[in-house]
Amino acid sequence: MGAAEEVTGLDASIARRIDEVVARKVEERLAQLKPKGPPSMTIIATKGTLDWAYPPFILASTGAALGWDVSVFFTFYGLNLLRRDLSSLKVSPLGNPGMPMKMPFGPKWFQGINWDIPNAVQSIVPGFESLATTLMKQTIKNKGVADVADLRAVCIESGVNLIACQMTVDLFGFSQSDFIAEVSEYCGATKFLPMAQKADVSLFI
Amino acid sequence: MNVDRELDTRGLTCPMPIVKTKKALLAMAGGQILRVVATDPGSVSDMKAFAEATGHELLSSETSGKEFIFFLKK
Repeated sequence: MGAAEEVTGLDASIARRIDEVVARKVEERLAQLKPKGPPSMTIIATKGTLDWAYPPFILASTGAALGWDVSVFFTFYGLNLLRRDLSSLKVSPLGNPGMPMKMPFGPKWFQGINWDIPNAVQSIVPGFESLATTLMKQTIKNKGVADVADLRAVCIESGVNLIACQMTVDLFGFSQSDFIAEVSEYCGATKFLPMAQKADVSLFI
Repeated sequence: MNVDRELDTRGLTCPMPIVKTKKALLAMAGGQILRVVATDPGSVSDMKAFAEATGHELLSSETSGKEFIFFLKK
């Protein structure tokens, strides 16, 4: 056996040994890094209309049902979703071309019509927004979709953490008494962002 | 199948069937079986995903007319 071959054999043995040690060390480190406890989700809710009230509450209650830790940060118009009385939430098809305008009553063919009303007309008809809101509420009821207040109650019951943005509370001249007592915290982005950083799922709505 | 508890979610839509299922299971003992009836077509894939994510066993998922029937083992 020549000297060169001996060195090659030694190299291979060292390489194999290093591979084994590295693989073991990596596995140990990964085990340490694995998150402890249930998955977590943070949601930023920024919209305050009847239609946009649904996504944060549906996702939050579903996350809680899956056993996740869920926190929702309500900021800007999203603060409206924390008010004691949710009956003033409205929806508007004005400037919202994605929203179908369909009637929640009458025969099937009639309900299927999408009333494409020009923005200019919508804007001058008094009470148009209230009418659209009434129609949407009826559609929600007809389809068996839960009421926003009920969904919020489900979130509270299942332990979803409801957080209000202090800066926008001040900006819009709200006081804490405008909001439900279940708001767990009034804080700022500096408190919320580190929570979002640690979360497995983080959404902006 | 020996059913320990029944849950009727007919007429309810996402996320209520899952929310109510979770609540019903919470009050049950390990190994017990829950039968859920739903009319929400989305519940078929939702119930499967819920079972996978929460570690409950979806014993069966069947369709009967416009109703969906699930058997879950806690």
